[in-house]
Amino acid sequence: MRIELKNFTKTFGELTVIDRLNLTVESGEMIALLGPSGCGKSTTLFTICGIHRMNGGSLHFGDRDVSDLPSQKRNVGVVFQNYALYPHMSIRDNIAFPLKVQKEDAATIARKVDEIAELVHIPELLERKPAQLSGGQQQRVALARALVRKPDVLLLDEPLANLDAKLRLEMRSEIRRIQLETGITAILVTHDQIEAMSMCDRIALMKGGKIVQLDKPDEMYANPADQFVAGFLGNPPISFVDASVVGDTFVLGAGEIAVSANLMGRVPSQLQLGVRPEYFGPQFGSGVAGKITFVETQGRENLYDVTLQNGTVIRSIQPSGQSFALGDQVSWGIDTDNVLAFSANGDRI
Amino acid sequence: MKSNFKSWPVIVVLTLVSLPLLIMFTFQLVDTFTNPIPGSIWPESFTVEHWRFLWEEPELGRSSIWVVTWNTFVFAATTAVAVTTISLTAAYALSRLNFPARRFFLGGLIILHAFPTITLIIAIFLILQFLGLYNSLIGVILVKSALELPFGIWIMKGFYDTVPWEIEMAGVQDGASRFTVWWKLVLPQVQPGLSALLIFSFLSGWSEFVLPLVLAPGNEAQVLSTYLSALILDDTKPDFNLFKSVGMFYAIPVIAIYLIFQKKLMNIYGGGSKG
Ligand SMILES: Nc1ncnc2c1ncn2[C@@H]1O[C@H](COP(=O)(O)OP(=O)(O)OP(=O)(O)O)[C@@H](O)[C@H]1O
Ligand SMILES: [Mg+2]
Repeated sequence: MRIELKNFTKTFGELTVIDRLNLTVESGEMIALLGPSGCGKSTTLFTICGIHRMNGGSLHFGDRDVSDLPSQKRNVGVVFQNYALYPHMSIRDNIAFPLKVQKEDAATIARKVDEIAELVHIPELLERKPAQLSGGQQQRVALARALVRKPDVLLLDEPLANLDAKLRLEMRSEIRRIQLETGITAILVTHDQIEAMSMCDRIALMKGGKIVQLDKPDEMYANPADQFVAGFLGNPPISFVDASVVGDTFVLGAGEIAVSANLMGRVPSQLQLGVRPEYFGPQFGSGVAGKITFVETQGRENLYDVTLQNGTVIRSIQPSGQSFALGDQVSWGIDTDNVLAFSANGDRI
Repeated sequence: MKSNFKSWPVIVVLTLVSLPLLIMFTFQLVDTFTNPIPGSIWPESFTVEHWRFLWEEPELGRSSIWVVTWNTFVFAATTAVAVTTISLTAAYALSRLNFPARRFFLGGLIILHAFPTITLIIAIFLILQFLGLYNSLIGVILVKSALELPFGIWIMKGFYDTVPWEIEMAGVQDGASRFTVWWKLVLPQVQPGLSALLIFSFLSGWSEFVLPLVLAPGNEAQVLSTYLSALILDDTKPDFNLFKSVGMFYAIPVIAIYLIFQKKLMNIYGGGSKG
């Protein structure tokens, strides 16, 4: 079911948290609401499911205007960060609750619960109580309960935040698998860019109650709309370097690189360059000189901080097994085709 | 279960402290079944004559013990049910709903909770008389319930506050009405508080003395506490063993309830009263 938010505005008293936000999620798509803490992700999500009232704008599910419908009539499944299972009920009763509320007959309920338990891989847990389950299993139950009455829309508020690293990895692909298998339209709220990039078809990056960019993950990574987006996506993060343009070269603090063909003639004399760590290193020649001030071993790769003479730090990521050490003086190159240029106020050039 | 300190010193201390009480209770029990010899500790002969008030016709001017017991039970039970049901709903509203003057009600609750309500007794007396409820069980029940409510609401609010709001939101998203959510999802979470409050206010009603004494001194609405006090005030024929027996009779339900429900009663101190 297609979700369409038009000019959605939300205020808490004097404070405008969301200001005329527009967002369309296509049917069957999974979209991520990504952004720093306090940017209004949860507020947007809770408005879509009806916990919050809108102060302006409209919300459509398909052709249906649901702006003023109470939560109960919206047919939205929600998974909360702490799962919100009903502690006094067995897992079976938890999952059956939405159906019992709809007064379906016992046989149908039993069949549907078994089906959905099969889908989320928990058929053997149905007779237990929530307290007897691990975090990952509770998560699956929460998903099953949200999905059992075939909602039009599935909303997930930081579903992985309470899990340890290994389970998070597992549930990441599980949630995506279940979403694809059911073909449900889903919105995932997260502040973890890796989660957003790996699970979703598109990412809506939010900042201060606005959507800064809405794009496919790889597209957003390669073509960020502004400096904020470039800095938010990518781990290890991008490095920003002040540069000035002299002829057809960028002059950095300690070295210079050629202006790439696609930027030629469009750049102001003073600007900021964004260099992703994978585009800085000895394989791109030399010319940018500095000292290695930090080395982080990550197993497959090593992460280096190179501090230029003027104090600017550029990060580099290299396959492990190289002989660079802390304190070495190096002169590495930058892949000029993949340099991102930003004007002084952060806009992409 | 293994604890990280030895338990016997604690048990010894507690035993020593409660020993005087235990001795007194034992002697009271013994006295009700024996005839004492003046000046001696040990009783002489076994008798049930002090308990004859249970089966004999009451003396002239006194009510039957069974009528009085029934009154006490009705008084305590009605108060308990009223306090619990009103606390359940009022505390939910205070804990969850954002209604006008919520802060005022919360503040009032705390003040009333700490207020020495007995100072209101004259005003209450006048109001009851004005309403024609003076000297009736209903009047005392109303007053007792009203005075117990701040405590009950405060305790129940503490329990509601510990229920995560996501549970309610999840219920609403699952399509349930606010009432169903409260009834099926929230009430079971506060059930320990509910039963503790029920028992607690029953016991409080059972042992209430001042209110019935002042507001319903007549014979029809007599409860066990006022019956007992009338017994000892009646100095025409003092009978201390009868007094002890009635006292014992009065205390038995309390002891029984404590023994049966002690775990549940502890909940009030465990779960409740978190701001
Ligand atoms: N009930 C409320 N009353 C007043 N302000 C609120 C309320 N709920 C949220 N806010 C404010 O709205 C803003 C957005 O909150 P929201 O919970 O949507 O952020 P978020 O993006 O989900 O952040 P996080 O990642 O920390 O969960 C915050 O500045 C917050 O302080
Ligand atoms: Mg949030």
